[in-house]
Amino acid sequence: MYKLTYKQYFEALKEGKLLGLKCNDCGSYTAPPKLCCDKCGSTNNEVVTLSGKGVIKTFTVIRVAPEGYDAPYIVAMAELEEGPWLMGNIANVDPDKAKMDNIIGKKVTVGAKVLPKMNYTPDEGVTPAFIIAE
Amino acid sequence: MRKVAIMGVGMTKFGPTEKSQVELFAEAAMEAINASNIKTKDVQALFLGNGLGDFEEGQLNLAGFCANELGLPPETTAMRFEGACASASVAIRNAFLLVASGAYDIVVAGGTERAFSMGTSLATRTFAMGTDSKYEEFSGLTFPGVFAMLAHLYANKYNIPLPKLKERMAMVAVKNHKNGAKNPLAQFQKEITVETVLKGFVVADPLQLFDCCPFSDGGAAVVITTDEIAKKHVEKPVYILGAGQGSAGSLCRQKDYTIMPSRIASAKQAYKMAGVGPKDINMAEVHDCFTIAEIVLLENLGFYDFGTASEAVEKGETEIGGKIAINPSGGLKAKGHPVGATGAAQVYEIVKQLRGECGARQVENAKIGMTDTLGGDAGTIVNLILGIQK
Ligand SMILES: [Zn+2]
Repeated sequence: MYKLTYKQYFEALKEGKLLGLKCNDCGSYTAPPKLCCDKCGSTNNEVVTLSGKGVIKTFTVIRVAPEGYDAPYIVAMAELEEGPWLMGNIANVDPDKAKMDNIIGKKVTVGAKVLPKMNYTPDEGVTPAFIIAE
Repeated sequence: MRKVAIMGVGMTKFGPTEKSQVELFAEAAMEAINASNIKTKDVQALFLGNGLGDFEEGQLNLAGFCANELGLPPETTAMRFEGACASASVAIRNAFLLVASGAYDIVVAGGTERAFSMGTSLATRTFAMGTDSKYEEFSGLTFPGVFAMLAHLYANKYNIPLPKLKERMAMVAVKNHKNGAKNPLAQFQKEITVETVLKGFVVADPLQLFDCCPFSDGGAAVVITTDEIAKKHVEKPVYILGAGQGSAGSLCRQKDYTIMPSRIASAKQAYKMAGVGPKDINMAEVHDCFTIAEIVLLENLGFYDFGTASEAVEKGETEIGGKIAINPSGGLKAKGHPVGATGAAQVYEIVKQLRGECGARQVENAKIGMTDTLGGDAGTIVNLILGIQK
C-alpha cells in the first residue's frame, strides 16, 4: 500500500536524495511522505525526487537539550520549492550568531544528518540538515 | 442528548510533591466526590488523563489502580486517556459525551502527573515525544523549541519587532503570575515583573525561562452527571454547554502554525454546540504553556483578530477585570502544568469562578467560561464551554 515508507525516505536522504510524493489527482507534493496526499487525501501518488531547494521560514536555537543532544544547535523549518515544509537543523551557521534577519527568508539546500539509535528510538534517525547558500 | 452538569470538583496543590500519581489523583477525586454529596459506590466510570506516567514512575495502566485506591467496585469502567498535555480534557469530553448519550449517569474524570520528579533532561526528552518522532524529533526539537519557532514566525508574519513582541510576551507571564499569586493551589504564588522575564536564561531563542511553564506534579478531578442528578446533590450545578475536539499531524504539515486548524475546528464545534460565540465568553482558562502560546491561541479561539492579540495583552484587556479574563487561576505558567491533570484543573477553575468561590482572583459577573487545552504540537485540541445557566 505504501509508495514510500519513512525508512525508504531516510535511506534516500542519507544519499543526498530528497524524495517525496506527487499527487496524480491534485498535482500537489507531499514530503516527508505519508500514506496519502497531504492536500486532498488521494492515494494515487507517485514517488518523485524533489529539488532539495527551499527557503527558511522560522528557526530557534535550542539551549536546553533533551537527553542525547548537546546544546546549542539550530532547529529550523524550510519551505521547499515544491510547497511542502520540512523540519531540520541548520548546518553552517554558528548558533550564537543566528538572528531573525540572517536566517529567515534565506535560501537553503537540503542535506542530511544521521543520528545513532537512542533510548526509545527503534533505529538510527535521519534529519534534514539545511545549508544556507553563501 | 441529555443535559450534562458538573457537581463537585477537586484539585491538589500543584508543584513538587512526595505523593504518587495514584495518591495525587485519588486525593483530587475524593474531594470532588465529597463535594458532590455522593458515595464512591455511585460512581460508574473513572476516566483518567495521564501523559507520561510510564516514564515518571514506571507505571502503566494507572486507571485501575486509581479506581481501586478510591474503593470503587469491580464493575467500574476505569480507563486512561492520553492526548499529551490535553489528556484530562480528552477524558472530560468523553465523560461528557457518554453521560449525554446515557451510557453512564455518574463519571469521575480528571488526570494526574508527576513530571517534576523526572528532572530537566528526561522531562525535556519525554515532553518532546509529543512531536513527530520520525520526521521532526531527530532535529533535537524540544517543546519550548516549537513555541520559540512560533514566536519568530509570528514576529516575522505580523511585522512586530522582536523586542516589542518579547516585551508583550513578558506581560503574559507577569499577568499570569499576578493571578497565580492569589491562588493557594498554584505552584508559583509570587508576582514578577517584565524585567524578571527579560533577565532569565534563554531556553530556546527567543524564549527565556519565565516565558515557559514549569514541570509540575499534581492531580485534578471533576464529577460529571446529568442535570437531574446534579440538581438533587449540589446547590450550583455548572453545565457543560459545548465541547469540541480537533486533531493535526506533524508541525511541518501544518506549515504556518500561527493559524492552527485543529484549534479553530475544535473551538467552532464547542461554540456551535453551546450556541454562543467568542464575544459571549467572559473568561477562559487557556493553554499558556509558553507566553507566545497564549497570544496565538487568543486569535485562534476568535477572541482577537489575527496579529492583534499581543497589543491587547499590552493594553491589559486579558487581565481580571479586563475585556476577557484570561487564566484567572495563573494558567499553566504560574499555577503549574502537571500534563495529564491540566485540563481538569482548567475546568476546576472555571467551575469555582462560576460559583463565585475564587476570593481575591474572582472574575465578577462571569456567566460563561471556556477552557482550551493543547496536546503535543496541536495534535490534540479540546475546548469546553461551561455556564451556570442551561
Ligand atoms: Zn492530492
